[in-house]
Amino acid sequence: MSQEAAIAHHGPPTSFLRKHVFSVDHKVIGKQYFALAIVAVFIGMILSWLMRFHLVWPNAALPGLQWLSKVGAPAGVMTPEYYLSLLTMHGTLMVFFVLTNAPFAAFGNYFLPIQIGAEDMAFPRFNMMSFWTTFAAFVVLMAAFFVPDGPPISGWTAYAPLSAVGSDAGPGQGLGQTLWGLSIAIFCIASLLGSLNFISTTLDLRAKGMTLMRMPVSTWAWFITSCIALLAFAVLLPACLLLVLDRIAGTSFFIPAGLVISDRLQPHSGGSPLLWQHLFWFFGHPEVYIAILPAMGIVSHILINSMRRPLLSHKVVIGSMMAIGFLSYMVWGHHMFVSGMNPFSALVFSFPTLVITIPATVLTLIWLGSLYGSRLQITTASLFSLGFISMFVSGGVSGFFLAQPSIDIYLHATYFVVGHFHLVMGVAAIFGIFAATYFWFPKMSGRMMNETLGKIHFWFTFVGAYCIFMPFHYLGLAGNVRRTSSFVYDYAQPLIPVHKFITIAALCTGAVQFIFLINLLYSRFKGAPAPDNPWNATSLEWTVPSPPPWNNFGGKHPVVYHDPYQYGVEGASGDFIMQNSPEKVPVRS
Amino acid sequence: MATTVHEPPKIEQKPPTGVTDRPPEPARTGIWVGLAAIAMSFAAFTSAIIVRQGSGNDWQHIVVPRILFFNTAILILSSLTLEVARKKVASFIRGQGATRAQAMGWLTATLGMGLVFVAGQYAAWLQLRSEGLYLATNPNCSFFYLLTAVHAIHVLGGLGGLARVIRRLAPAVPILRKSTMDATSYYWHFMGILWVYLLCVVWLKL
Repeated sequence: MSQEAAIAHHGPPTSFLRKHVFSVDHKVIGKQYFALAIVAVFIGMILSWLMRFHLVWPNAALPGLQWLSKVGAPAGVMTPEYYLSLLTMHGTLMVFFVLTNAPFAAFGNYFLPIQIGAEDMAFPRFNMMSFWTTFAAFVVLMAAFFVPDGPPISGWTAYAPLSAVGSDAGPGQGLGQTLWGLSIAIFCIASLLGSLNFISTTLDLRAKGMTLMRMPVSTWAWFITSCIALLAFAVLLPACLLLVLDRIAGTSFFIPAGLVISDRLQPHSGGSPLLWQHLFWFFGHPEVYIAILPAMGIVSHILINSMRRPLLSHKVVIGSMMAIGFLSYMVWGHHMFVSGMNPFSALVFSFPTLVITIPATVLTLIWLGSLYGSRLQITTASLFSLGFISMFVSGGVSGFFLAQPSIDIYLHATYFVVGHFHLVMGVAAIFGIFAATYFWFPKMSGRMMNETLGKIHFWFTFVGAYCIFMPFHYLGLAGNVRRTSSFVYDYAQPLIPVHKFITIAALCTGAVQFIFLINLLYSRFKGAPAPDNPWNATSLEWTVPSPPPWNNFGGKHPVVYHDPYQYGVEGASGDFIMQNSPEKVPVRS
Repeated sequence: MATTVHEPPKIEQKPPTGVTDRPPEPARTGIWVGLAAIAMSFAAFTSAIIVRQGSGNDWQHIVVPRILFFNTAILILSSLTLEVARKKVASFIRGQGATRAQAMGWLTATLGMGLVFVAGQYAAWLQLRSEGLYLATNPNCSFFYLLTAVHAIHVLGGLGGLARVIRRLAPAVPILRKSTMDATSYYWHFMGILWVYLLCVVWLKL
């Protein structure tokens, strides 16, 4: 069989449905993931607005909220339980449908095959199934808003036994929680299919000359992330299965004997609530890196382009990302320091948690060292990349404290942790998504985004994010407990002005995101036409038209001659050499 | 001290290297990736069993239905017939003596034994039910039903793969790729190994 025949997975799409809806084209699927993530992030953001509003103006009615839930928000004022419902849905939407979908599934789907010179993913049909399964998971999760008791109240971590016993545990813990479990199980299947595709594509479909070390750092990041996701979601899926069985089939995997909830003895025996936490966090901590590693790769890819020179060491960057991926499986217990597990276990988990900061620090130093002395081109994409580093460092530093059990025991249930993970995982990854959007939008749509609006968006978001999340650390140190909808204790009263400041910052920063949305939609239809290579970049995605044809390289098979980042090469005909350029340049002695 | 912080990159002078001209066959890689994920899921189940046995005093060890041993034998035998089928398929496609009928025969035999295995597992469920042992009766029962069901779903997936192989071998000019045949057989053998492991897990007290 010829190579051409082997690579030609599918012909051009022939119908509207095949082209835009049930497409097997990795680029369409990437855009579908991106669109889903945009919908999810705006829903998630509005939920956070509602929570912040209720925290500081607990008695003020929000017109229309009663439409969402008559029980949860009678007359527009939410009940404490409904606050927890919104908290659960905010976390679930953001972690699964935004932080996993956008940087990994959306941009990875679109650009991984092109960056390695492939025509499509290894298994295009699996790829299509992967997106539509994710969409089904989203629909099932959203359905929880419309069931009688509303969405679950047990948080995005769904700690057992409250998540396992049913409606005795509160409103939303009935059908809403079951829908949550099913949704996440479906999401796991989708992610496993996606990871299978990413790994097989990277290993098998690289163009001639595209050795592993010639892959762009963004491709490396998606590849390592897919390896992490493959093993992490493979554990969360059985965990969700066990949880759903406890809920609907009367089993006792996570529910202990003699448990009385709402004055009712639960008809279960012998289960282990800690088992859920172990299984969940065995997935949950790698999930943090599933969110952040693609952003690391994307940001590196963009900064190299903006600096017009490679990072200090391509190999060390890749090695550090691999080390982070490997170590991410050894630290899950640091989420459980206050769970009641053996205190000696805490020590065991604390050590690798501190060790994992080493490759993260190495990465940061490489970014900063490479930036030092460079003449960085200030684009919206490079600004968001710098913002990513800023958020990653600011959020990461508090991780040093939380990694130590004796400090974590005090801080664990406070806003300090909220500030930590929002900065290091949430905002940092979101900045990576923004950077990727501004950088790759011309390739994806064939039109440029508005840079002025982009820079306005960046500065307001950058300042706004710090205004929201830095004060959380102060609140946590002051003992402000998280996951509560009101401040009933006297000691918390002086903290309310800080909360008001955060709420106003959140409302303003959220509003700024509509500038991004308008820019995205306006540029999609009215933006200036994009050339094939607007950023004078070197990797293969910039060798194809904007947007690329259905088969990426027009039926040709690219040949790769160079490392991915040939910028500022002495003796070259220009400032950069594209990976597929056969140009030979003398090696500098 | 030089003012630049690092040197411009060196240019690769050699002709393109790396991936060979061999046609890519992602099924060959994909199957191992898929099996890694399946193995990880069952490792998670195993850890759940170990934790659950120690967490309560309600663990009642069940006597596994004897039909499981018959099922095990059938599944192991089906792996052997599949290996014979793989050789016959290769021989037939290369024109080295085996006929299409021989290849199809061994493949169909494997498919049939797979169906017998799934039916046998169902019979084991019925037997447990007749003894009053249901999914929620005790944790060992819960894991027994769960593991056998999840494994059976995977076996059904393998049967789908075998049916696909047979369909691709059927046309006058077979469109079956070696990597598809190999991937299907690796998956099937893995199901056999996994079942023996699961049988030990539910049969022996960990």
